[in-house]
Amino acid sequence: MSNFFKETDIDTSQAEAIVTETLKNCDDGELYLENHKSESIVLDDNKIKSSTYNSDQGYGFRAVTGEVVAYSHSNDISKESLRKSSENLKDTLKSKKGTYNHEIPKTNSKYYENINPIESKTFDSKIDLLNSVNNYLRSKGSIVNQVTANFLGEHKSIEIIRSDNQVLKDDRPLVRFNVSVVLEKDGKKETGVYGVGGRQSYDDYLKDGSWKDVCDEAFRIANVNLESKPAPAGEMKVVLGPGWPAILIHEAIGHGLEGDFNRKKTSAFHNLMGQQVASEGVTIVDDGTLHQRRGSLTIDDEGTPTENTVLIENGILKNYMQDRLNARLMGTKSTGSGRRESYKHVVLPRMRNTMMLSGKYSQDEMISSVDKGIFAVSFGGGQVDITSGKFVFNCTEAYEINNGKIGSSIKGATLIGDGPSILKEVSLVGNDMKLDPGIGTCGKAGQGVPVGVAQPSILINKMTVGGTKL
Amino acid sequence: MIKDQEFLKDIASFCIENSKKLGATDVGVKVIHSVSENVSFRNKKLDESNRADSFAVNLTTYIEKKKSSINSSDLSKSNLEKLIERCIDATKITPSDENNSLPDKDLMSKEIRDLNLYDETHYPNDKKIEFLKNVEETASTDEKIVNTEAGFTENKNNFILANSNGFLGGYKTSNFSSSCVAVSRINGAMERDYEFGSTRFLEDMMEPEEIGKIAADKAIKKLGPKKIKSEKIGVIFDKRISKGILSTLASAISASAIARGTSFLKDQINSEVFPNSINIIDDPKIEKGLGSQNFDSEGVETNSLKLVENGILKNYLIDTYYGKKLNLKSNGRSGGTTNLYFESGTLSFKDLLNSEKKFLYITETIGHGGNIITGDYSVGASGFMVEDGELTYPVSEITIAGNFKEMFKNITLANDLEMKYSTNAPTLLINQMTVAGK
Repeated sequence: MSNFFKETDIDTSQAEAIVTETLKNCDDGELYLENHKSESIVLDDNKIKSSTYNSDQGYGFRAVTGEVVAYSHSNDISKESLRKSSENLKDTLKSKKGTYNHEIPKTNSKYYENINPIESKTFDSKIDLLNSVNNYLRSKGSIVNQVTANFLGEHKSIEIIRSDNQVLKDDRPLVRFNVSVVLEKDGKKETGVYGVGGRQSYDDYLKDGSWKDVCDEAFRIANVNLESKPAPAGEMKVVLGPGWPAILIHEAIGHGLEGDFNRKKTSAFHNLMGQQVASEGVTIVDDGTLHQRRGSLTIDDEGTPTENTVLIENGILKNYMQDRLNARLMGTKSTGSGRRESYKHVVLPRMRNTMMLSGKYSQDEMISSVDKGIFAVSFGGGQVDITSGKFVFNCTEAYEINNGKIGSSIKGATLIGDGPSILKEVSLVGNDMKLDPGIGTCGKAGQGVPVGVAQPSILINKMTVGGTKL
Repeated sequence: MIKDQEFLKDIASFCIENSKKLGATDVGVKVIHSVSENVSFRNKKLDESNRADSFAVNLTTYIEKKKSSINSSDLSKSNLEKLIERCIDATKITPSDENNSLPDKDLMSKEIRDLNLYDETHYPNDKKIEFLKNVEETASTDEKIVNTEAGFTENKNNFILANSNGFLGGYKTSNFSSSCVAVSRINGAMERDYEFGSTRFLEDMMEPEEIGKIAADKAIKKLGPKKIKSEKIGVIFDKRISKGILSTLASAISASAIARGTSFLKDQINSEVFPNSINIIDDPKIEKGLGSQNFDSEGVETNSLKLVENGILKNYLIDTYYGKKLNLKSNGRSGGTTNLYFESGTLSFKDLLNSEKKFLYITETIGHGGNIITGDYSVGASGFMVEDGELTYPVSEITIAGNFKEMFKNITLANDLEMKYSTNAPTLLINQMTVAGK
């Protein structure tokens, strides 16, 4: 655990005094301290392309009154720097008065161990594994044109000092292992990407040769795409596979249910609370409490313990995801969804692990019910326009469905839909819910945070597929 | 406020000396200080004020052909000593790569020209607030506008780049940017649009009223969109997004994509990639330019390059490492393009709109649907139908798709180039794209 005030000219109690004094006329706020170590080791084009170690430390001092957020951050943890930040915050909020809100629930739960994944595997063994990945994939034949593999590991310690000496701490490990392969056949090139990760050590994901499964999956996707035909263009039925395709849920529904957009009434969902927004049988939760998952947090970045928040239950909109500020302004309580990329960023309500729960149908039933459509198995990224509700995501592995049978694979295409109406088009929910492999990063207002998604197979009655074939 | 050159130089020298002492044969280091102040407003009320004071050290050490890097935000010498040791330890056990090296000495930037990239004017927060009030006042005049957000950011930056071959250079830069996002509503359905300005000098900033008005007008025009039928049609890209075509070109002709064989433009040097009327330039030495620089991220001198001349691809974007792989000298593009632009076309905007009976005019795309390896392109889009030269109705929830190789060959440029971003393109038409809708 980091001691943030070691080797500085200030100690914890002096920092606490500055926090208490600065926030006395505010509604909320805190001093957030962060120590972040990370590494990236990349193998590319048969070589170790780069090995980088990052060490970052700093604080973000926040004062909130009414709807106004004043924020000041710096790398320099010192008396002078904190005083300057304090002046800055007081200056911004000088004409505003609030009453400090102390309430932060306590938790004894922990959803991951305090390990430092960077140190728990030797540098040599990481290099060896990357070379093994390269050799293993290239041994699959001259069809293998390019191999990239990388380790991304981090350890983040945070400390939140609130008014009146309330201190909350968390230590968060996070790893990700990625493989990307480019295959070339008859002058055609295609890529396959796969990865695994979460809040454990690298070896928990890679032991017993399971790194080969990651390679095989990347190879398989690229190989499928080598045979792909142009994708169709137009509206049709879409079957989504289980697991990672749940980024549809993340984009189409998740962002629109974040508290800030609903408080500001800029979300297409802001006036739909308690109403039917999805087919019956559709239940969606956002869960921060799954053990070792990429999107899980013991406490959020305001110190609130995370929870399993029900967003949609049997088609009815039940809850938004809230941080403290938006919860207070909307007269509800934080769902432990207040997150920030780092001490350089303000807190926003964000997703953690967003999941659609299982229904009762099999994937085969869905596919055999489709005359003409597509079956989408894997995706790249997605994006949403919160206000209009329009969202997209990009297929990286998909097939045609003709007369109830899976046909040939199709080129990557963008699928577009309308968030508030798409879930009403979900006609069958599968019995095969799966979590994603632990590689997702969500971007909002320039801040990236690790998230997870999960879903069973689903059948969507109508979506626009953005291919080139009319 | 912003630290001076001497302060940054001292840290850079400390890093180089200590790395050499521990056995580094070559060292490259960058030390950066930036101070940023941001104020944002929402519905005519103060929403957020944010002050950022950030340091960064990026250090790369070499032992012969072995290489490793560290980054840190903590400039204390005790921390740097620890990290340098860690960096050297990692360097020792990283496999060597014959292409790892500092840039050739004769390519390094020799003199630093004042490109007018730093405005020392400080725009105090109460001035920013006044500015934003004006932005939002104008943006919210029409009752169809139901939400406005506006922000003003002032950024001051200073850096030193140095290496163990004796290169040492750096300079201050500044940036002022302001934006407005407006949300419009009719019959319960909402649309959002924006406008923003970004300049090196405060005096060049757009008027607040102009920013607010453009954002609001655009948001109102988008109300009541229709989804159109799937068809092949000519697609006109608004200036805000036409520059994306140049960003794609830049990724596809980066030496890394070429050397790795992962670009749809591999082996296309000296071939016709665009129609012969098209010239594409990357010029780092534009006064006050948002992408201007004296040297690239390795210290290599950068000069203006014609990337595409009369439709023919003439240059890749080359850094030291991938240059060595390709047997080419760095042309100062480590870190990418600088001020990249299409030379303006000949048709006026109006003539372009009238060049066929019917077009789709796209003002926004969403999603990351470009594939640099295959050239395949498919993204979500919204915009307007154009019939007989007039924008007739808004369109949304559609996709546009094609392949960059063919799209590049079917580009027609308008003559309305403006230098508003670091990458700039005039309005452009691409014939025969597939639109997927109903």
